[in-house]
Amino acid sequence: MPPTIDRRGAALRGPSAVDVALEVNGERVVVHVPPRRTLLDALREQLGLTGTKKVCDEGTCGACTVLVDGRPVYSCLTLAIACENRRVETIEGLAKDGELHPVQRAFVDTDAFQCGFCTPGQVMSIVALLRTVPQPTEDDVKRAVAGNLCRCGAYPNIVAAGVSAGRRKRT
Amino acid sequence: MTRILKSIEEFEGEVSESLVIVDGHDLPPARHDGGSPEIGRSRRRIDATQRVTGRARYTQDLYLAGMLHARILRSPHARARVRRIDTKRAEALPGVRGVLHRFNTPKTPFRGDDVIFREEVRFVGEEVCAVAADDEDTAREALALIEVDYERLPHVVDLEEALGDVAPQLESDGNVSESGSHKRGDTKRALKEADVAVDVTYRTSTQLHNALETHGAVALYDGEMLTVWESTQHVFGVRTGLKNALKLPYSRIRVICDYMGGGFGAKNGVGKYTIVASLFSMRLGKPVRCVLTRDEENLAAGNRSATLQQLRLGAKGGRITAIEHTSWSNSGQGKWIANPTGPTNTLYEVANVNTRSYKVVTNAGSLSAFRAPGYVEGAFALESAIDELAEAAGVDPLTLRRRHAGAGKDPITGNRYSDKHLLECYRIGAKEIGWDRRRAGGTRGSAPHRRRGIGMASQIWGGGGGPPAYATVHVDPDGSVVLTAGTQDIGTGTRTVLAQICADELGVELDDVRVQIGDSAGPFGPMSAGSMTLASVGPAVRLAAHDAREQLLGAAAGVLETPKAELRLEAGAIVSKGARIPLGEVLGKVDNNTVIGKGIRFPNADDLAQKTFSAQFAEVEVDVRTGEIFVERIVAALDVGRIVNPLTAASQVEGGVIQGIGFALSEERIVDRALGRVMNGNLEGYKVPTVKDVPTIVVKFVDRPDRRANNLGAKGLGEPPIIPTAAAIANAVANATGARVRHAPLTRARVLEALALAGIRD
Repeated sequence: MPPTIDRRGAALRGPSAVDVALEVNGERVVVHVPPRRTLLDALREQLGLTGTKKVCDEGTCGACTVLVDGRPVYSCLTLAIACENRRVETIEGLAKDGELHPVQRAFVDTDAFQCGFCTPGQVMSIVALLRTVPQPTEDDVKRAVAGNLCRCGAYPNIVAAGVSAGRRKRT
Repeated sequence: MTRILKSIEEFEGEVSESLVIVDGHDLPPARHDGGSPEIGRSRRRIDATQRVTGRARYTQDLYLAGMLHARILRSPHARARVRRIDTKRAEALPGVRGVLHRFNTPKTPFRGDDVIFREEVRFVGEEVCAVAADDEDTAREALALIEVDYERLPHVVDLEEALGDVAPQLESDGNVSESGSHKRGDTKRALKEADVAVDVTYRTSTQLHNALETHGAVALYDGEMLTVWESTQHVFGVRTGLKNALKLPYSRIRVICDYMGGGFGAKNGVGKYTIVASLFSMRLGKPVRCVLTRDEENLAAGNRSATLQQLRLGAKGGRITAIEHTSWSNSGQGKWIANPTGPTNTLYEVANVNTRSYKVVTNAGSLSAFRAPGYVEGAFALESAIDELAEAAGVDPLTLRRRHAGAGKDPITGNRYSDKHLLECYRIGAKEIGWDRRRAGGTRGSAPHRRRGIGMASQIWGGGGGPPAYATVHVDPDGSVVLTAGTQDIGTGTRTVLAQICADELGVELDDVRVQIGDSAGPFGPMSAGSMTLASVGPAVRLAAHDAREQLLGAAAGVLETPKAELRLEAGAIVSKGARIPLGEVLGKVDNNTVIGKGIRFPNADDLAQKTFSAQFAEVEVDVRTGEIFVERIVAALDVGRIVNPLTAASQVEGGVIQGIGFALSEERIVDRALGRVMNGNLEGYKVPTVKDVPTIVVKFVDRPDRRANNLGAKGLGEPPIIPTAAAIANAVANATGARVRHAPLTRARVLEALALAGIRD
């Protein structure tokens, strides 16, 4: 059956599960999901990328932050189908060849987490910040993670990690 | 020789006596000369890489092949009788594999009830029915198809309403029951003879834990063993709960908690979700996952009780002569309460004290332990009231406290403290905050409508830990080490500090030690609660490492044909007459032999009280137009014995202070009285601190080993830092503005009200 075409000429898909092609951490993958499936659930349940956490599932805590085309998004408020052919980066894709990303290294060195459940989201928010502001101030970092809750209260060290990751990148 | 010894332990304010099977002898106190290669050194967490790469596997991250998803239908009513449940339509839904409810579930004893689905549900969110399905969506859809016939009954959710005459009485003996009291001296006479007295009422609101990982479990019954992965602070407690509920022997239950996303006291034992997942798995033969949503977490996973507290204090000649403290706690449907009068009973040397605390049952979600339960609420009231008394007596509040903080004995048991440096905390904290800058009536702030003030408060808490706790140290033939202990790392850095203790005592590098914890298949350990993990498990680890080292040196003596006394084990090598031979090389000569060192936690001295002490100092500005409080700086000075890892210890203090700021300023569960529903059971309406709410936090440790507490000299640290924060802030606000806010959190509305009462604004 040929796909139904909407007014702008795009194919309407669903409501049953459809194939959605994504680029996740540099690899092209296809997930078979109903259109209502969030990017968060697709990552965790279809792709086994459980580093991205589900905490509130309604866009209020930031734990599920991933990058889509380089910008931080709440993956619980983003539909997987809306990311068709877009570049998705998750916590699992940061370390290269066993080398931690400078932000991850800074989190380790400054003890910027306790239970670690918010950590992937915090790290992704700061990774996104450093791409536009390579040497952020404390205020820059605070603004970048203002939407990432940490219940253990690792905030002072998270801010320190963000600032030191910027310095580290420069060298 | 195996024998039984008596031990005295304190857990969250309750002192109890226990018997301990011991063998051999404890070690003398560890050295504290700065020469220790690991203890006292800041170390990165040994599991840090796992946590920052997303590879750390939490309970929620477990997706087993064939796994079913369970969801729970919860009562929409605050109180109702469940007359009938019709699950026909739900069961007809494709993908639904089973339902559980009170009419088809066998007796499963749970926390004093003999069933998990009660006939009378008593709060909005109480478990009524559970569904297992192939996926989450189907399970959720099925819940909507279940029809429940409820007979609604009158309810009460509010603490003060429940105390009144018109409220429905929920228990045969009413809503209120006494849960504890303490009396020494004669407060009536002392108050009559006092120069000044204050008579004040304090309130604290319900605080929700909101650990980022919600409660949850994955259960797998294979016909022989029930294996449960659970986000828990106590794998052995979950095991006991399952044994009681399901009538399986311990040997057939294994509980695993590898990584967990915070608990703060709410994950100290088995949950109904654990039993639901286990029952389904036993019936259906598949792995079953039952994980709460954020909303469920805030309805049915515990809270810090709201309290109403009345205090009368008297002073004479510049000293506190009497404290009366009566407290009522909203326990919801909980079977206990945490005791807010704990600090009043023990913090200060005061001759006349009379306290009483009451449990009040309501139709709201039950309390569960929340980081220093009772003491946070009680310290807010007591330490605020002490400042009020100081003000009335015209004495500097720190000076007044100093006059009562030097006692060397626990006033209830009469036992000497194993160690105490509260006065030193005062000295360090006062210097750091600049207490001499404090002016009665506060100072001008950074704008004309802003006032500036400094306040402080102090804290007492247990943290001495105790037996039973066990550890083993396996040294494999290549010289690598596996430390196994009966505990779990709830985010406090337990893995790391235990590895440090092991490496230090054994004589190997930190990187050589792998830590295996969070598994009830290993030796028993206590719950990670009550600030007792390090002081309970650490000494057992040290003993196990010591035992392993003695065996290794004995083996090396044989292999190298050198007297044992001439050998040392340092940094993973046997040192003999200046030569260093890697441990693996020595053991290679006796390949496949494994050295197993064993350690236990020896009893606490039965004539000492092991306590932690600290003081916090806060500097704030208050906008008197809006009532907004700006906390600028908190100084925390703590006496918790020896610090094993200054880096992770400081993190834990900062975290405690930040949760204390939440309790002080913004965190408050709102329940609709008419419907009994939580109105802000989510992270939007319930305000936990964000990065922007955090002031400068300065952490100072006295860092003196408590040599009489245990062989490590270390005590607990989890709870002390949250206890004094709210009172320190409230005292700073009162200093800044002259207005006393007697209800935590100190919201803007309450600050404005207090300012108006004090005549500072209309």
